[in-house]
Amino acid sequence: MKKEKTTILVADDDADYLFQMRVMLENAGYEVLAADSQRMAEEIVEAVKPDLAILDLMMEKDDSGFILSYKIKKKYPEVPVILATAVSQETGISFGIDAEEDRSWIKADLYLEKGIRQDQLLLEIEKLLKR
Amino acid sequence: MNKLKVLVVDDEPGIRSGVSRILSRFTVDYPFMDEQISFEVLEAETGEIGLDIIDREPVDVVLLDNKLPGVQGIDMLETIRKKQPDAFITMITSHASLDVAVKATSIGAHDFVPKPFTPQELKSSLENITKHLFLKKMTRQLQKEGKQIRFQFLQVLSHELKAPINAIEGYLNMIVNKQFGDNISDYQEITERSLERLKGMRGLIMDLLDLTRFETGKNPSEPQEIDIRLLAQSAIDLHKPQAIQNDISIRLHIDCDVCIYGVPDELEIIFNNLLSNAVKYNKPNGKVDLYISCDDAAVTIVFRDTGMGIPESEMSNLFKEFFRIKTEETKGIQGSGLGLSIVKKIVDIYRGTIEVESTPGLGSVFTVQLPLSGKTTK
Repeated sequence: MKKEKTTILVADDDADYLFQMRVMLENAGYEVLAADSQRMAEEIVEAVKPDLAILDLMMEKDDSGFILSYKIKKKYPEVPVILATAVSQETGISFGIDAEEDRSWIKADLYLEKGIRQDQLLLEIEKLLKR
Repeated sequence: MNKLKVLVVDDEPGIRSGVSRILSRFTVDYPFMDEQISFEVLEAETGEIGLDIIDREPVDVVLLDNKLPGVQGIDMLETIRKKQPDAFITMITSHASLDVAVKATSIGAHDFVPKPFTPQELKSSLENITKHLFLKKMTRQLQKEGKQIRFQFLQVLSHELKAPINAIEGYLNMIVNKQFGDNISDYQEITERSLERLKGMRGLIMDLLDLTRFETGKNPSEPQEIDIRLLAQSAIDLHKPQAIQNDISIRLHIDCDVCIYGVPDELEIIFNNLLSNAVKYNKPNGKVDLYISCDDAAVTIVFRDTGMGIPESEMSNLFKEFFRIKTEETKGIQGSGLGLSIVKKIVDIYRGTIEVESTPGLGSVFTVQLPLSGKTTK
């Protein structure tokens, strides 16, 4: 019997980024639920439980990603969440959630820079799904 | 800073109690300070006790006698400067030889009060010190705020520049990896998207150049008399193609012929940015009406569109740098988020005003008023 496909929710208000993620993840064998806003992502999460979520930080609001992450974790505590943003570390803003204190309220499992290489991202996704 | 701590180090009890008495009833207020400043006096009869206090708590002012039984005033200076670099040190000395004065100043004393001093001398010395400390604090705060704003600006800027780079890089990789096969026409759409993102990035860079020009105060050209009708007409001509594409009509209603004194580039930016917004955020078959009227004192320019309007909740952020309204309707529209902040900066330079009225779903009205006396500051 064929195993059902793993579903990944991708939320990003950059249409191009969203499209590229969809192509990349589908090629890697995942099923993709694409949301171009926080609102749309919330609607999807209401109806479907994804196996993993990749969220942009800034959508309608500067902290859309945090809010979404919080809501997803509240509804499905076991679903891994990746926060992705183009805000770079070298400018000082770092949403790295390696600090225990940040992790307690941000709730996401991983923070990623948006320019990350595809194979690296796929590796991280696999790691999180195996947990 | 409404109470300054003054540490008086002097072996003469009369001096210490005198300072305490005088300062307990003394307050300083300057017209430029919001609050009155009063004083709290800490007394030390020896240098050693004085240094103990310096170790223990922050003080704002140190009144330091030079001749002390143990450690000398002048020998305490270095320690005080090291422990509390912000404290203002005034030496009290009866035999103020030039030698001592020069030496003391070179290692950190700010001022001298000769001994014996009158209450008035003490008061005026502390008045000066208060002003000095207040200004120092304000300068530091302003610098910090300035840095903070700059820093935030750079953060947002790097985000805005990286997003299109990531998008274009992603598409280029798709082409390199032949993600959609060998047929070149299958890459048409992603190539067009890349070009669109490049266009947005170019717009952002152009806006940034405009912005830095105003911030550095460098003029691209000399101010001159500019015919407002010509200015409006050329801005309309510039946006005609985009308007036609979206079936939007632009009409000019002008009831006066007037020249305004200013820099052409700057005034063009006002017209171009507001007109561009009125077209960009409009609906198909929409209208843009540009009304220009004048009286003796000012010219009033009204940009009225039938576009999507601005939600009430977003109004207060409208003129902030990089602010863009993110809704279903604005999703496909390219913009740097700098246009209105630049317009506001220029209008301010000309001592004009800009106001917005808007009804979501019906349209927005931007009203710019520029005084006819021309620009008075730069």
